Amino acid sequence: MARLKAKYDLAERLLASAPAGGAKWVHDARTAAAARLREMGAPHRRDEYWKYTDPSALTAATARAAVFEDPAETPPFAGLDRVRIVFVDGVYASDLSSDLSDADVVIEPLADAMEKDTHWANGLYGVLEARGQARVNRPLAALNTARAVEGFTIHVTGRARKPVSFVYIHRDATSDAMIHHVIRLEEGAEVTLLENGPVAARSNIVTEIDIPDTARFNHVRAQGRDHERLCATAIFARLGRESIFKSFTLTVNGKLTRNECVAELTGNDAIAHVAGASAGDGTYHHDDTVFITHDAVNCESRQVFKKVLRNGAAGVFQGKILVQPDAQKTDGYQISQGLLLDEDSIFQAKPELEIYADDVACSHGSTVGAIDEGMIFYLTSRGIPRREAQDMLTFAFLGEAVDEIEDETLADEIREKLAGWISRHSA
Amino acid sequence: MLKIKNLLVSLEEENKQILKGVNLTVAAGKVHTIMGPNGSGKSTLGYVLAGKSGYEVTGGTVELEGRNILEMEPEERAAAGLFLAFQYPVEIPGVGNMTFLRTAVNAQRKARGEEELSAADFLKEIRARAKALKIDADMLKRPVNMGFSGGEKKRNEILQMSMLEPKMCILDETDSGLDVDAMKLVAEGVNALRTSGRSFLVITHYQRLLNHIKPDVVHIMVDGEIVKTGGPDLALAVENNGYADILAEVA
Repeated sequence: MARLKAKYDLAERLLASAPAGGAKWVHDARTAAAARLREMGAPHRRDEYWKYTDPSALTAATARAAVFEDPAETPPFAGLDRVRIVFVDGVYASDLSSDLSDADVVIEPLADAMEKDTHWANGLYGVLEARGQARVNRPLAALNTARAVEGFTIHVTGRARKPVSFVYIHRDATSDAMIHHVIRLEEGAEVTLLENGPVAARSNIVTEIDIPDTARFNHVRAQGRDHERLCATAIFARLGRESIFKSFTLTVNGKLTRNECVAELTGNDAIAHVAGASAGDGTYHHDDTVFITHDAVNCESRQVFKKVLRNGAAGVFQGKILVQPDAQKTDGYQISQGLLLDEDSIFQAKPELEIYADDVACSHGSTVGAIDEGMIFYLTSRGIPRREAQDMLTFAFLGEAVDEIEDETLADEIREKLAGWISRHSA
Repeated sequence: MLKIKNLLVSLEEENKQILKGVNLTVAAGKVHTIMGPNGSGKSTLGYVLAGKSGYEVTGGTVELEGRNILEMEPEERAAAGLFLAFQYPVEIPGVGNMTFLRTAVNAQRKARGEEELSAADFLKEIRARAKALKIDADMLKRPVNMGFSGGEKKRNEILQMSMLEPKMCILDETDSGLDVDAMKLVAEGVNALRTSGRSFLVITHYQRLLNHIKPDVVHIMVDGEIVKTGGPDLALAVENNGYADILAEVA
């Protein structure tokens, strides 16, 4: 069992340097997370959920150099009135950020929260992550809980006026970032979280979100323009009664991206929508791994993932809907589609349904294909050049995922980025 | 306007000849119609003229205003003034009808070295032309042909023709799937576009469309060849007696 041993040896190596400081609850959370990682071992290609994505670059001793070339274009969300929180190479840069005391949500750097003997994050930090480990091992997330010192705690008590916006700037070629956010909403509260920027040469970001009864959490994320980046993210959301969780991610380029999303619907009539549009050209590997658990009556979940791939780019989708025995009247939907612009690219999908209740409606679909020549002929016969016709169809294909974004202003920001990518990679 | 000489076409995939020497000349401002039994190659002729892939031209020439179009891409043929109204218009999810048409109009203008239409001018034009075809604002906003009824799809084809202002219009069974009222509407749309500089090639199974769009010349196509050419009376003869007489005559 030499291979298995390597998994556990690697887990030890990853856990070698424990962060200093922190209150007792932080110490306890880190210790428990370290124990989880030791128990499950580091991710390995042989693991069921790492079959299509090689994690070795994510667990290597050092981050491979990734020089960030500033594209000199306006980043998304730039024109929006927002609470801007800037990280440089994974480290909070207060001088570049908004004045946090002005915000109508309580925002605190994780490092500060961790020094307090009593903090609301005790009870959430590492807790939702641990719950998310119940059925599938997520070793990188456990590692993150055990080691992260960067990130933010956000407490939303009402309807937040402005979105909270994390901007991740990448400067140092070999930066290796580990970030952990904890977000807690009160009943009936509402907030929008925006994220953009290349983060670092390598990054591991965990976000735990507690969305109690009738609260609403909106999330729009743009991962773009950094061809060399390696990145693993994991979102853990817990939803109460009549709460709403909506998350959308645009990913364009990046050498390796693994986005996990784990949502648990624990209160009746809750809604969870997770969507992603991804476009890759060349050395690009993009993996969406989603796990939605229905554990209450009359909840709705929706997964919409679309990927356009060319020049050897690879796309992976692993999406699961688990319906527990008492989760009657569940409405679960899942679609994953890959559009391959040439024969060198690959899209692999693993849709999973596991249903223990008898009165549910769950559907899933997965397709992979090339551009429809019939549509191309129709468009070109009207005078639209082939290349432009292909770009129109590509944009339309991904647009169906972008349409999942509720806020039209944010959707337009994403559409603009997407159109930019398509025109830059037109051929 | 359009000069087809001894056009030979076979299917690329299977070695099957569909057009076996088509000869046809359409003068400027004239309306020609091609009738013929199923499988005679009428629709193939339309597709080959528009430049659809999957067909191999093994002989002959096609000239549009003296220019050989067989070497051109579909978009170049469109910019040169050719338009094919599809028998089965294609549904395109996610592409708005209006966006599609504006892109098409401006792509053709650009290809011809003309100035692009501004958004405002385009909107003004399309509104007026859509109204005449009873196409409402909702149909313009929806994705191309998505959820359109058969009649709506055909009217949308005529709207495109109206906006693109081609010189040579090929209508492939535009009457199929239309009820009497819808056919009248479509025919009115076509008649409104008849000018001395614009020609039409109307492919149809039935004479009834020709009650509304009066042809100058009627051709009968059988087994990949035009076997008989005549005036509007020829279409009436087909309507009354079928193709049997003509087939017997040719044989």
